[in-house]
Amino acid sequence: MNALVTQHGKALTWALRRLAAAPTNTLLSLLAIGIALALPATGQMLLGNALQFARSAGSAGATPQLSLFMALDADRKSTAAIDARLKSHAGVKEARFVPRSDTLQRMQADARLAEVIAALPGNPFPDAFVVTPSDNSPAAMEQLRDEFRRWPKVEHVQLDSAWVRRLDAMLRLARSGVALLTGLLGLGLVAIAFTTIRLQILTQRAEIEVSRLLGATDSFVRRPFYYFGTLQGLAGGAIAWLIVFGITALLQGPVAELAALYNTSTPEAKAGTSIALQALAASESMLLLALAGGLGWLGAALSLGQHLHRQA
Amino acid sequence: MIRFEHVTRRYPPGMEALADVSFSMEPGELALIGGHSGAGKSTLLKLIAAIEKPTAGTVLVNGQNVGVLKRAAIPYLRRNLGLVFQDQKLMFDRNAFENVMLPLSIAGFPPREAAKRVRAALDKVGLLAREKALPIALSGGEQQRLAIARAVVSRPAILLADEPTAHLDPDTARDVAEIFRDFHQVGVTLLIATYDDALFAEFASQRLTLNHGRLLA
Repeated sequence: MNALVTQHGKALTWALRRLAAAPTNTLLSLLAIGIALALPATGQMLLGNALQFARSAGSAGATPQLSLFMALDADRKSTAAIDARLKSHAGVKEARFVPRSDTLQRMQADARLAEVIAALPGNPFPDAFVVTPSDNSPAAMEQLRDEFRRWPKVEHVQLDSAWVRRLDAMLRLARSGVALLTGLLGLGLVAIAFTTIRLQILTQRAEIEVSRLLGATDSFVRRPFYYFGTLQGLAGGAIAWLIVFGITALLQGPVAELAALYNTSTPEAKAGTSIALQALAASESMLLLALAGGLGWLGAALSLGQHLHRQA
Repeated sequence: MIRFEHVTRRYPPGMEALADVSFSMEPGELALIGGHSGAGKSTLLKLIAAIEKPTAGTVLVNGQNVGVLKRAAIPYLRRNLGLVFQDQKLMFDRNAFENVMLPLSIAGFPPREAAKRVRAALDKVGLLAREKALPIALSGGEQQRLAIARAVVSRPAILLADEPTAHLDPDTARDVAEIFRDFHQVGVTLLIATYDDALFAEFASQRLTLNHGRLLA
């Protein structure tokens, strides 16, 4: 056990020394890996912020809602029944009752509409409810709409889901884009690790041969290269993280300006929305490093399989 | 200790490096392998260390048939052998101490005990004062002695040496031969391939002479 720890320590030191031995090469490899990983990581960062923005914009009043209109001949009792039903419904976060008299008043306040309304015999507006669903995914909202439609004295249910659908589709598209980018550039990282490890194996050929003749096992011979690949990947991942951090800092100013413009245009937004670009979350940063290290290890494994296999 | 039974090693296309070779060595014995260049001396040593496999016949080391060893078992066989190679195979980017340390690192020795052993081995071949020297800074004889120190540092029961005195002047060659004699005296089994029979003649108990891969009686 102790011997194994010592050997791992030696392999790690060797890998570090090999990385330090050719600083220019190492730096270039690390930059290549860093930039390759920074692209999907930046995508992830922007996506995260877009989600954040959409959510905070939502909380300021743009949350998708359902409007439920009662029949004109509905009496107070049936309206109250619907009100109770809505308030006790699990899928409803909030239900606001808008009495027909209020609607009439609001419409009459508009001088152009007042004339038209005055010409009508009675109040043309029905009682209404504005419903905020607890789950605002398009599917859940459509289900609610279909359910409410079947309730007695409910004339019409209006669902404002078009923009929800659009946002949803856009986020899905962005997510697949980031995933695709991660896949492609991850492959690039494996290729970089594969080539650099191949070079290391070639320069260490004599040492590998002698070690084998002196009784080195396969894992003894391979271990330092695994460390090399993993360390290189991790360091590249750290560089990618720094790049994303730098991009976040650089975009902070322009984003703040943009946010200021949004805030002045909609008074509701002023209260609820504060936009500041967030860097990668801790979990995302860990994932980035783990992915970088893992792909470096994989590149080393592939390279070792290819280039060490035939030796005695 | 070492036993060859009708061993043949053939290289394609049909070149026989060793043909029907049989002999055996007792523990503690010192045997010499002589013969012209290309007679099969190196091949014979390589078969013992499982660097090559016999085309036919059986090579037994310590009762173990090394020709059929699994790949994963070969390292452990080699750790029990001391190998002195014809081209020495020293690591030129490591100093004398680190070169001798290599077999112990591979075997996973605790570093402190390993360092003691390395110094003992360097002392044995008279290189203790030069432990920090890179091989390139050593003379031919010193390099050869360094290679011997590396071969014996793990205290193997069997020591195989391929032309250990080639390229050395007579005095240096005698020094090297004396180191081998010392190992012989402490009971190490030695198999030495050499042109220079006279150097070892006084303590060799067996002399094998190869001629085009065949053992001369």
